[in-house]
Amino acid sequence: MVRRVFLSPLTMLGLFIVVMIVILAIFAPWIAPNDPLQVNLGQKLLPPSSEHLFGTDEVGRDILSRIIFGTRISLKIGFLVVIIAFPIGTILGAIAGYAGGAVDQVIMRITDIFLSFPGIILSMSIAAALGPSIENVLLALAVTWWPWYTRIVRSSVLSIKNSEFVESARALGASPIRILIKEIIPNTIGPASIQASLDLGFVILSAAGLSFIGLGAQPPSPEWGAMLSSSREILRDAWWSATFPGIAILLTVLGFNLLGDGLRDLLDPKNR
Amino acid sequence: MSLLEVKELKQHFTIKKGFLGEKKIVKAVDGVSFKIEQGETLGIVGESGCGKSSLGRTILQLIKPTSGVIHFQGRDITHLSRKEMKDVRKEMQIVFQDPYASLNPRSTVRTILEDPLIIHGIKSRHKRMDIIEGIIDKIGIRKDQLDRYPHEFSGGQRQRIGIARALTLSPKLIIADEPVSALDVSVQSQVLNLMDALQKELNLSYIFISHDLSVVQHISDRVAVMYLGKIVEIADVDELYQNPLHPYTKALLSAVPLPDPAQMKERIILQGDLPSPVNPPSGCPFHTRCPQATPECKAEIPELREKSMDHWAACIHVQPGQKQSIRTSIS
Repeated sequence: MVRRVFLSPLTMLGLFIVVMIVILAIFAPWIAPNDPLQVNLGQKLLPPSSEHLFGTDEVGRDILSRIIFGTRISLKIGFLVVIIAFPIGTILGAIAGYAGGAVDQVIMRITDIFLSFPGIILSMSIAAALGPSIENVLLALAVTWWPWYTRIVRSSVLSIKNSEFVESARALGASPIRILIKEIIPNTIGPASIQASLDLGFVILSAAGLSFIGLGAQPPSPEWGAMLSSSREILRDAWWSATFPGIAILLTVLGFNLLGDGLRDLLDPKNR
Repeated sequence: MSLLEVKELKQHFTIKKGFLGEKKIVKAVDGVSFKIEQGETLGIVGESGCGKSSLGRTILQLIKPTSGVIHFQGRDITHLSRKEMKDVRKEMQIVFQDPYASLNPRSTVRTILEDPLIIHGIKSRHKRMDIIEGIIDKIGIRKDQLDRYPHEFSGGQRQRIGIARALTLSPKLIIADEPVSALDVSVQSQVLNLMDALQKELNLSYIFISHDLSVVQHISDRVAVMYLGKIVEIADVDELYQNPLHPYTKALLSAVPLPDPAQMKERIILQGDLPSPVNPPSGCPFHTRCPQATPECKAEIPELREKSMDHWAACIHVQPGQKQSIRTSIS
């Protein structure tokens, strides 16, 4: 099973990108050549050179350093949103699927309400209502993301709750909670965790989007979306100011997606 | 006192059909009564969809019966709460048909066997391991295989693990729902012999549900034949196989292949399919396919009556005392 990860070149590429990003995030202070917040008006809008590999922005900050520190913000949002949304969605989905009846109806109709808004619109309105800050973006994204896990988990619970091993646990006298925790959830966590790994990329993209329209990270924070946003007005004179943060977002999302796809192929029982 | 006594047990499922939700009732089990003694095996045979499995699950209270009474060791267990039922569950267990679906793929054999003991409050790990080791010894799984996952075992081994799980709580009654029909013939006999040996050693009672008449003949002391949720005939195994009274039983038995084709009786081929249990025929449920059906069969629901000593059949055309044969004694 482990060997197959190494056989798929795209999965390997995804894994490589993700590992690089994590390393950059952890060791940012040592890797980054400059202070990401250091304003130096004498060096503003310098094109890429050996001194500033990715050039400098409109107040003379080193773009490479800002992108490196930006990995911290993006990863933090990505992981925290999934860490909050995943258990909420999983537990609600498992309860809805297992209990059925009125409980199922209530949970799933609430889920439907969340799913009936386009995710980005819903998170925009929540972020806007709470006020612009990175923590509120995090909250807004978590609120829009859990229903997806609820759906996935509920459907896999439905498919296994009538299986013979669950029936056997009931025949042995196991309580519903025990059956849920020991029999059902371990068998539904696979598909949901693949979704989670795919979501990391999309959460990061959405967070960048919210920051771009000013609802997320605020200046001078080196958040990629915010960097893109502030480079809008100077795009004609300084192509590097938008290009490199854009590439950073692209690579991150691509990395997580490739990894998630690889995991899905790996865990798909049909491929075993 | 019988170990288990079932009286007029009914299991009706309500299903909704169509957009307007027209309610229909499926009579999966429709008024079944029988008794089973300690150490005895009752075979239950019938076509797919005749309600055999529903009957097994209803006795275990995995689905609550619509009506009827189940007495287990003299105690009415039909109205117990889940917590009260937990104690009864120690005494009766189930073995399932599909050894691939009946074991949690994410649990090791050790967990699968240990869980019942944890559920029933055996706190000492040491004691639990003692019990498990005693059981796996009986069913032929090695101690070093305990930490493997179900997919590492063959179908026959998995079925033996399923039997071991049922045995962990030392039950008195095991309901075996088609326990060998998913296995190869060579493995079937292994599992049947194991069940036989365990019965003798532990004085178990089995309710053995199957559609395979040869298997049922091999393992049962008594056999009940089910058709559309009802028992149409019940008798000791030799009596039933040698002297079937009900036309349905006769048709079933005539379809059993024998090693010597010269001995084969003329096959009674039933016309048509099993009628839908949503809309069962009036009168005798079998009259639509019965070669001996007369107009009276449409009108009257035949009761299960004792036609000869301990031989019960539900057919108005079978007269009491008819075709009496010398009863061969059974062990």
